[in-house]
This record gives sequence, structure tokens and C-alpha cells, in this order.
Amino acid sequence: MSTAYTVRDSATMLRRNLVHIRRYPSLSIMLVGQPILFLLLFVYVFGATMGAGLPGHAGVGDRSAYLVYIAPGILVMTVASVALGTAISTATDMTTGIIARFRTMNIARASVLTGHVLGAVIKTAFAVTIVTAFMVLLGFRAGAGPLGWLAAMGLLILVAFALSWLTVGMGLAADSVETASNTPMFLVILPFVSSAFVPTEAMPPGLRFVAEHQPFTPIINALRALLLGLPPGSDVWVAIGWCVVISLFGYLWSRRLFVRVPAK
Amino acid sequence: MTATTLAIEVSGLTKSYGDLSVLDGVDLTVAEGTVYALLGPNGAGKTTIINILSTLLTPGDGEIRVAGADVRRDPAAVRAAIGVTGQFSAIDELLTGRENLRLMADLAHLGRAAAARTVAVMLERFDLVDAADRRAHTYSGGMKRRLDLAMTLIGRPRLIFLDEPTAGLDPRSRRDLWAIVREQVAEGVTVLLTTQYLDEADHLADRIGVLDGGRLVAEGTAAELKRRVPGGRVSVQFTDPARLAAAAAAHPHATTDAQALTLQVPNDGSIAGLRSVLDALDHDGVAGLTVESADLDDVFLALTGHPAEARASEEIPA
Repeated sequence: MSTAYTVRDSATMLRRNLVHIRRYPSLSIMLVGQPILFLLLFVYVFGATMGAGLPGHAGVGDRSAYLVYIAPGILVMTVASVALGTAISTATDMTTGIIARFRTMNIARASVLTGHVLGAVIKTAFAVTIVTAFMVLLGFRAGAGPLGWLAAMGLLILVAFALSWLTVGMGLAADSVETASNTPMFLVILPFVSSAFVPTEAMPPGLRFVAEHQPFTPIINALRALLLGLPPGSDVWVAIGWCVVISLFGYLWSRRLFVRVPAK
Repeated sequence: MTATTLAIEVSGLTKSYGDLSVLDGVDLTVAEGTVYALLGPNGAGKTTIINILSTLLTPGDGEIRVAGADVRRDPAAVRAAIGVTGQFSAIDELLTGRENLRLMADLAHLGRAAAARTVAVMLERFDLVDAADRRAHTYSGGMKRRLDLAMTLIGRPRLIFLDEPTAGLDPRSRRDLWAIVREQVAEGVTVLLTTQYLDEADHLADRIGVLDGGRLVAEGTAAELKRRVPGGRVSVQFTDPARLAAAAAAHPHATTDAQALTLQVPNDGSIAGLRSVLDALDHDGVAGLTVESADLDDVFLALTGHPAEARASEEIPA
């Protein structure tokens, strides 16, 4: 199987997945709704109190300051939320008879999975755009120039790519669609134990250690710096490193599962 | 080496799941351009054979060559030569019929213009033009099966596997499907199909293999198998019990159903056999007459000594 066919088959599978997204919009709407709900909750319910607790605000912070603080976390949650849907749609796809047909065809084997991942990345780009527009509507103004924005979006796409491979694997590993909708839940929970909503310094030592060493914290810190137009320092490299590791693991894991899983 | 004329060569094929043996040493050869039917009840191992030959399942033991390639060593070459229509619909229900065919044409690496042309031809040929732009989940069972088969054939495979292709279809759809299979054979395609219906094997197949409990218990042409099966009969329905009793006396081997006023006379299907039954009957007093040929139950009873019923414990994981 030549590389040209791998690319072509993947493009064909991507087109199939894009049609699926268009034909079955309710899942996508639910997945974009979730981070928006968190955004509203955190800005309007907790915002005034939390904003006052931010470092450098000396007890007089406000909602708009807090909105700026949580923006990168909300964007990462958007990516995680779409990734959750990827596990569900992969698991659903595996229950359909057409997957068995693909396996009996002389096509690039991974193309079925690549189609899911690329579809998910495109879906994430849309979701991130919608959520960003929503934040701007609520008064979010970032200090970043076009280059900062571009870098921030690039990082989010990379995160989306990594989490998509991981959740495609979860979708394949799940024995049912229900399981597939549960296993990736930790991706939506994990940002809470990071620098997304409060500075990690505010956490007790054990938890703080976890928060500072899990992948979402450097990703969120790097995004925050990029969006504010500040130099992101080493965080951006740690973030990219995590994404590469997660992508590679997810890809190899998914490939193995796809070959192994019998036709249903 | 006869690989050029044999589309399928299987010897000593086994497959088991843990302690459960599903295939127990199957030998099978199918010549190119012919139709071979695997006949058997649920649980006999038909689907397992199809899954192994189409590279979906890894075999246990045995030598298996499909389209000249070894299924273990060169599955890609096997896949390049085959088309599969399984028992369960393998269409994308969120896509329209046209989109499903286009997907297959693209995966068969047809060029843009060729793909569009082929899709149009297939829609026409499989009577799906009116439904082409409707989502496949709205299709009837017969339409889904036609689309499924069209998707299998769009890449012009040399060898096609059909796993119970007419299960659950109404008689008309069944005949349509048979006609499509015959067209393919006329074009030189080799077909391996599984079925639970003797008449289907009879209509389509050059050779029939009877599968029972993971073993081929008989093999031959339809005529050869039928000769080994004494299951055919003539059923005569009478107008009153007295006539039935009189006829029963003339046919000592017949079975009598007094309530239905019916006499069943064993018959080998030959004209001579039928005539001898007719000659012994009065013109009046006969309400109706049916000639029944051997069915799967008869074949099974004759060849295996037990009726053809699915044993739930031996259901094959698909």
C-alpha cells in the first residue's frame, strides 16, 4: 500500500466523517454547549468572588478579570469535550456493518481511524471558534496580536489532534457505546485540577504537585501567555511535548486495537 | 500447480474458540468462474468460513489460498481480489445510496470521472435511481440488500462472497438477487455463497457443500445430492375420508393425515415415479396435488442423521 493511497483513503474517510457530523448535529451541539455552560457558570456565578482571589488583584478583582483568567481553560475544555464525542462516534461506528466491509477491502487500514481523527480536529476548530466568539461577546479581550492568536490556535489544534487519537483508542477499546461515553470523562474533569480556574499555588501541596505535573497545566499556562501576548517560556515546549507523546501513544494503541478487534 | 484455475483452495481448515471447535478440518476447492454454495443450518460454521476466507478472522490450522494468495501471508492480495456481502447490512445508513456507492468507488481508487460514471451505472442497474439521494436508513430490506451488493460489486472483484444473501427477503427481491448473481457469473466472476435454502443452492450453484457441525458432510452438484436424498414426495388431497382410505391402501409406504385428508407418497422426483402415483388415483375425489422436492431438512436427515436445527450453543460469533 503506497503512501499516496494512504493519503487518498484517509481523505475519503474524512469526507465520510464530515458528512456524519453534518447529518448528526445534535451530538456536536451538546459537546459545544458543555464548555459554554461552564463558562457562564464560572463567570456569572463564581466570577466576582474568584476574580477577587486572583494573584495581583488584592481582593478587588471582578468578573472580566476572571473571564480573562479562565479563557484558556475553557478553550482546553472545549477540545476535551469534542474529544469525548470522538470516543462515542468511533465506538458507534465500530458497531456498524460497514466497518467489517472496510476490513475486507484493500485500503490503508489506518485510514478509517485517520478519518475520525481529522474529522474531530476540524470539528474542534469549529467548536473553539464558536466558544471564542462567545467569550468575546461576554467581554473577553486578549492582549495578543495576530501572531499570538495564531500560535494559540495552533497549540489548540495540536491538543485536539493528541486527544482525538487518544479518544479514538478509547472508542475502540470500549465494549459498548455507553462505555465509550464514560471512559473519556476524566478529560473533562482533569482541567479542574490544573491552572484552569485557580492558580495551582492555591492548592494543598499533594494536589498542587499533581496539578503542576499533569499535561493540562503547561498547555493552559502556555495558552494563557500566548493569549495575553506574553512570552510563554518553557511551558509551550512542555505542552508540545505532552501532545506529541499523547498522539503517538493514541495512534499506536488505536492501530493495534483496530487490527485486533473482531468484526461486530 | 493449478492455482490459475482455482479461485479458492482450502485444506484442513480448523477454527476454535477456546474449547469450542467451530470448524473441524474443512477441505474445499472452488474453480474460477463457478458458483459454490455452502448449505447448512445456523451454527454449522458457514459464516466462520466466509470470515476466514475474506481475511476478517484468522484461521486455526490449514492451508488457505484465495485468488491464488495465502490468506495469512498476503491478506492484501486477497482483499484486492474479493468482494464481500455479509449477513448484516454493511452500508452507511447516514449516507445516501449515491454517497455509499461513491465512497466505495473512491476506496476502489477509481478516478473522479470513472467513479461518477460507475456510480450512475450501478444505481441504474440495481434499480436505486429514485432512491439515490435518500439516506440509506430509509431504504426497505430489499433496497438495502441491493445497495449492499452494488457496493460490493463496484470495485469489480473477481471473487465474491455472499453470506446468506437472501435471508429475510421477500420472494421478488430474492429473484432479483439471484438474477444479479447469475449476471456476475456470466461475466466470469467466482461466487461462494452460504444459504439455508436448498432451492437457492439448487438455482444458483454449480457445486454444493453441505456443512454440519464444522465439517463438510457431503459435496456435489445439486442433482448428485438429491439422488442421495429420498425426501421428495407427492401430496394428494382428497375430498372425503373413504377415498383417502382407498388410496392409502394402494400405497403402503405413504403416510396418511386423516384430518387434512392428505396422503403423502414418497417420490424421487422422476416422471416415472410421479406417473405411477397418478395412475393409481381416481379422477374424482382428488381435491389437489402437490409435488414437493427434498428440502434442507430432508438433506440433513439423510446426510447427517439428524434434523437441520440450529443449536444455540454453537452460534458462531460473527
